Amino acid sequence: MASIDIANIQKSYGIHPVLHDVDLKIRDGEFVVLVGPSGCGKSTLLRMIAGLESVTAGEIRIAGKRVNELAPKDRDIAMVFQSYALYPHMSVARNMSYSLRLRKTAKDRITTIVAGAAAKLGLEPLMERRPRALSGGQRQRVAMGRAIVRQPKAFLFDEPLSNLDARLREQMRAEIKKLHRDLRATSIYVTHDQIEAMTLADRIVAMNGGVVQQVGSPLDLYDRPANLFVAGFIGSPGMNFFEGTCRAGERPMFHIAGDIAIPLDASPPLANDAKATLGIRPEHIVLAGHGPETLLATVDLVEPTGFGIILHLSLGRSGFKAFTNDRSFLTASGTIPVHFPAHSLHFFDSEGSRV
Amino acid sequence: MRTRPALLNVAHRLAILAYIAFALFPLFWLLKVAVTPNDLLYTEGVRLWPSRASLEHFDFVLRHSAFPVFFRNSLIVSGSTAVVVTILSSLSGYALSRFRFRGKYWLVTLMLLTQMFPLVMLVAPIFKILSPLGLTNSLTGLVIVYTAFNVPFATFLMQSFFDGIPKDLEEAAMIDGATQFVAFRQIILPLTLPGIAATLGFVFTAAWSELLFSLMLISGNEQATFPVGLLSFVSKFSVDFGQMMAAGVLALIPACLFFLLIQRYLVQGLTAGAVKG
Repeated sequence: MASIDIANIQKSYGIHPVLHDVDLKIRDGEFVVLVGPSGCGKSTLLRMIAGLESVTAGEIRIAGKRVNELAPKDRDIAMVFQSYALYPHMSVARNMSYSLRLRKTAKDRITTIVAGAAAKLGLEPLMERRPRALSGGQRQRVAMGRAIVRQPKAFLFDEPLSNLDARLREQMRAEIKKLHRDLRATSIYVTHDQIEAMTLADRIVAMNGGVVQQVGSPLDLYDRPANLFVAGFIGSPGMNFFEGTCRAGERPMFHIAGDIAIPLDASPPLANDAKATLGIRPEHIVLAGHGPETLLATVDLVEPTGFGIILHLSLGRSGFKAFTNDRSFLTASGTIPVHFPAHSLHFFDSEGSRV
Repeated sequence: MRTRPALLNVAHRLAILAYIAFALFPLFWLLKVAVTPNDLLYTEGVRLWPSRASLEHFDFVLRHSAFPVFFRNSLIVSGSTAVVVTILSSLSGYALSRFRFRGKYWLVTLMLLTQMFPLVMLVAPIFKILSPLGLTNSLTGLVIVYTAFNVPFATFLMQSFFDGIPKDLEEAAMIDGATQFVAFRQIILPLTLPGIAATLGFVFTAAWSELLFSLMLISGNEQATFPVGLLSFVSKFSVDFGQMMAAGVLALIPACLFFLLIQRYLVQGLTAGAVKG
């Protein structure tokens, strides 16, 4: 196992930059998830660590050793691909032992290691099958087995669950987490699914447009998103945003479109009348109350999910969503009282940064 | 499966049968003339099968003509050409499929360009080039010429097969500890067997039936290939159709055997199960 240091990494294709100055220190045994929308550069970064893409500028160190110029085979890392990339002409056993055979490991040692990995992943009955005779979940397991027999310095996962159906994805997610708990291997995991990121990561690296937006623990990103992008990306249903201006006074207010004022406890550190964005998560909105802090919202749509209810509401011209577990809202219509608790509010300046 | 009306089914089969009969009729005629004794060749009129069949032409061709020599020469030339072209085109096809390099576009254009000229135009210059090198009237010379003409097309053919193999596979192999060449040899090449079989088959048959260059570059029976040899059955005053056809039938055998051997790979989809499916 090893730490991975990424220092001021840049990547351009011709004149098109895709990664800008990425700086990241991954500790030994840590599970780091790179998350972001398609095309944000997360896969490119992973492939650069693997050695499948060249580094335009900056430095990558694995276990303290510079690897920029090393071929993938000399970096001692294992990778699980989104497409699984199993060798179709080899049995499961031979797929898993390929890396060991390339390293001329003794036969009996190969047998022991492969059997151990197979037992861990429940692959024993499938060892003589070809990949084409396996289901998606089984192929995914073989791909992971192929990675763990190596006992590499680090595991790289490139959207490994994207090709599975929802149920299987949930199951494999838990298995990956268990595997990491057992092996304590340094892992870098790329996904566009924020749920995978939240559930698996020790630390999340949120990326957008080739720039790292925020690095932190899952709850850090959930509770204190650094900017509008992270706030909107993490959480489902996503955070509600209201554009408007803050006005100090005896009672500070946040004015949004339609001449609606949301009362605040204290003035946020924003200039008076400066354009800003207020954010609140749907699950933090309180659907009750009376008095000056309560607003009346119009119910536009009710979406039951079984687990809870998503209410589509509007305040003036601004639509937003609220999440509740109270089934009495299934029949909500007309207007209902809503309250935005002060401690659940997030403020972002006109640049989109958290204040 | 959806069921079709029986009538439509029958019509479908009949259409296929009619096509097969049409396509294979020349071969049948070849066989028919080959087994027709000389005395019946012109006396019986047009018949589907002679009243008396014999193998005398085959016997004559095998024992009293230079045909076995032609046959051996053809086998050497076609076999070597097929192997050399397939090796070269696998390497170049892989390069075109996977690597980005300077001048790739021009290289491809140039290779396409070579496919545009009628070969007849090139006979004289090639003879001029090969003659001082001592490569005329030699099987090696023929192999070189055939290889040169077949490599561009075979390269494009192989490239399309490599394009069909996901890049993830060799990346996985490279991370597993293989160099690019080892990944190519151990992972990609076995998956390209259908493509290799198709290329082998294509080049073999092309070389097997090539007449123009063989005729121009080879003189005398010693180094002649079988298509040139067939011409020796045409004399100034007559054509010995029976023997010529018997030789033709014999010449079909290796091509048939060859395709029987590789057809397993031609129909097999070896990449199934590699990636999501």
